[in-house]
Amino acid sequence: MSKRITIDPITRIEGHLRIDCEVNNGKVSKAWASGQMWRGVEQILLGHDARDAWAITQRICGVCTTVHAVASVRAVENALQMEVPLNAQYIRNLIITAHAIHDHIVHFYHLSALDWVDVVSALKADPGKTAQLAGGLSSWSGNSKQEFTKVKERLSGFVGTGQLGIFTNGYWGHPAMKLPPEVNLLAVTHYLQALEIQRYASKIVSILGSKSPHIQNMAVGGVSNPIALDSQSVLTVERLMAIKEWIDKLNDFVKNVYLVDVAAIGAFYSDWTVIGAGVMDYLSVPDLPLDTKGTKFALPGGYLKGGDLAGIKPITSFNDKYFRDGVQESVKHSWYKGGKGALHPYEGETIPKYTDFQDDGKYSWVKSPTFYGHPAQVGPLSRVLAMAAQNHAPTLKYLTGVLDTAGSLAKTKIPLSAVHSTIGRHAARAVSCAVQVDELANQWNLLVNNIAKGDTDTFNKPVFPKGEISGVGFHEAPRGVLSHWVVIDDGKITNYQAVVPTTWNAAPRNEGDVPGPYEASLLNTPVADEERPLEVLRTVHSFDPCLACAVHVLDAEGKPVVQVKVL
Amino acid sequence: MRIVVLGVGNTLLSDEGIGVRAIEQLQQDYDLPPEVVVIDGGTTGMEMLDDLSNADHIVIIDAVRSGRPPASIIRLADEQVPVFFKTKLSPHQIGLSDVLATLAFIGEQPGGVTVIGVEPVSLETSMSLSPQVEARLPELMDLLVTELHELGVAVRSRVPKAA
Repeated sequence: MSKRITIDPITRIEGHLRIDCEVNNGKVSKAWASGQMWRGVEQILLGHDARDAWAITQRICGVCTTVHAVASVRAVENALQMEVPLNAQYIRNLIITAHAIHDHIVHFYHLSALDWVDVVSALKADPGKTAQLAGGLSSWSGNSKQEFTKVKERLSGFVGTGQLGIFTNGYWGHPAMKLPPEVNLLAVTHYLQALEIQRYASKIVSILGSKSPHIQNMAVGGVSNPIALDSQSVLTVERLMAIKEWIDKLNDFVKNVYLVDVAAIGAFYSDWTVIGAGVMDYLSVPDLPLDTKGTKFALPGGYLKGGDLAGIKPITSFNDKYFRDGVQESVKHSWYKGGKGALHPYEGETIPKYTDFQDDGKYSWVKSPTFYGHPAQVGPLSRVLAMAAQNHAPTLKYLTGVLDTAGSLAKTKIPLSAVHSTIGRHAARAVSCAVQVDELANQWNLLVNNIAKGDTDTFNKPVFPKGEISGVGFHEAPRGVLSHWVVIDDGKITNYQAVVPTTWNAAPRNEGDVPGPYEASLLNTPVADEERPLEVLRTVHSFDPCLACAVHVLDAEGKPVVQVKVL
Repeated sequence: MRIVVLGVGNTLLSDEGIGVRAIEQLQQDYDLPPEVVVIDGGTTGMEMLDDLSNADHIVIIDAVRSGRPPASIIRLADEQVPVFFKTKLSPHQIGLSDVLATLAFIGEQPGGVTVIGVEPVSLETSMSLSPQVEARLPELMDLLVTELHELGVAVRSRVPKAA
């Protein structure tokens, strides 16, 4: 017997994602990912001064404000083929890295951990045993018996009043929940500690970006932060030292808590290392430029076909022709006027044409991007694989570390191939976060040393030529490859297309009717209880769709978000 | 004392951005004492945790779907506020309500919360407010300023009132 599950919304902000699954004999046999909201920012940008695009594009999404600002200035700079002062690169690198760390910590602990962690079960835990268990895994100072006792008491208080607050909508007691009470208490405690820690990453963005959550310091040609070591109102030694302190706190948490927790959860859910792989063609771009032209990067990127590390095709500069020529978008299954086949973003059109949800026709506001004709998975797993393939030493160190820790807990060797999975995406995100924490410290050193040399430049003035120019700006954002494509005429925008990470991953079927990464990853996912499709959420959440937490809630009329229909 | 005035909304979707437009106006036209923190929250969530923690009072300005006629202004206070979140009148309260629930859980909740909402007329893709909502902006600002006065905050207009 076949059943149809509709989950809507999976997220509320970036495009109201809806997931439909056909379930046969307890497994997903067919899936559709549908964006339920039209993102018309491209139309708004037409006619605007190209220098203003970044401030407008950072309003596209509620979660990733800074990433659009960065991709946008890079696109315009690419069109102008202009250089960006070193200090500006370092300051941007610090902002995007701090933002990514924030995003990864919040995603894991606050938006997706509760798919795996049963908060109510934590009430049965023995704090002493929890401390013993935790002590064997890490030296983190927050792993004391007193701390676990305190959290358990606070949690009991909440549950006792019937007010679960932030934990209201979880699938507590679901048969797919497998952690012992002590591990659940450990995870809930770290959930709360992560709330504290994420503030330090936000503060770094806020100080360097002049304001948060929407940064103010970006500019085509650099950043607007004046650097003076003797003034109060600008980027001073004092502020730089404060940032260094926060970097150290982030480092302690990510290395001693986040990486360890991911390994522990992975060990208890090792069955999830063979679920959810989906599209195994991985795309990432290099980021954290180390020169003024964008030809040298701290973190490498590239394209891996079929997960084959040896076959990596590196992407190496902001002018990379292989990347620029490979991207196309199809609207065959999207609610836009089409008929021209898949188009390159410079030629891209965004003309709405809504139909109903048609299983074999149009069913999404998301376009379907491809890389040389094939869907590609983007995100932390893609970048970790690309970095590992290029022998990036810190990546290899943290990746091996997570697999070893998980393996020793599960008492079995966990091979690298385990990362092609739902739980593998979480592991890769933690590995990526550890690499980024190291880079945060590195970029801080580079900035301080460069200023110490007497270089205080942060901005080159852009000059727009007469006539048409075009450019692409890419950024390896927390959720993966983000690219902005701009066509400019006399300084004014005449076409603008943002191909965002969630577009790659939540893509509907493409020109050749091939499913996108979410859709492909859901195939064969087990579903124990159709009314509570926790397993489907686990896989979709592992991609980190923007504001993934939203799926646990009711819609505006108080109706449940899950509908099950017998077909 | 720390009073937070939080404008939320998406400025790319016409009236959805009313909260942000209102706080822009507040910063432009009024002198605010240092105990007032004005935040353009946009559509973000956890990023706001630090700014909202341990506030004596938070005034939220937002587009609200309350079933009233378009461009209506509505004020919700105290016990009405949880209801506002529970019935999800606002499109982006997920982020905000989660942040407030989190603050409650860690014991850093605000002393009080007021929501000043405007029923949207248009949610089309545009950076401008609809003319109807734009026309209510002065009234909204008066309500906001009164709210701040009642919280004991001295807010002074920088622009002379039109006769």
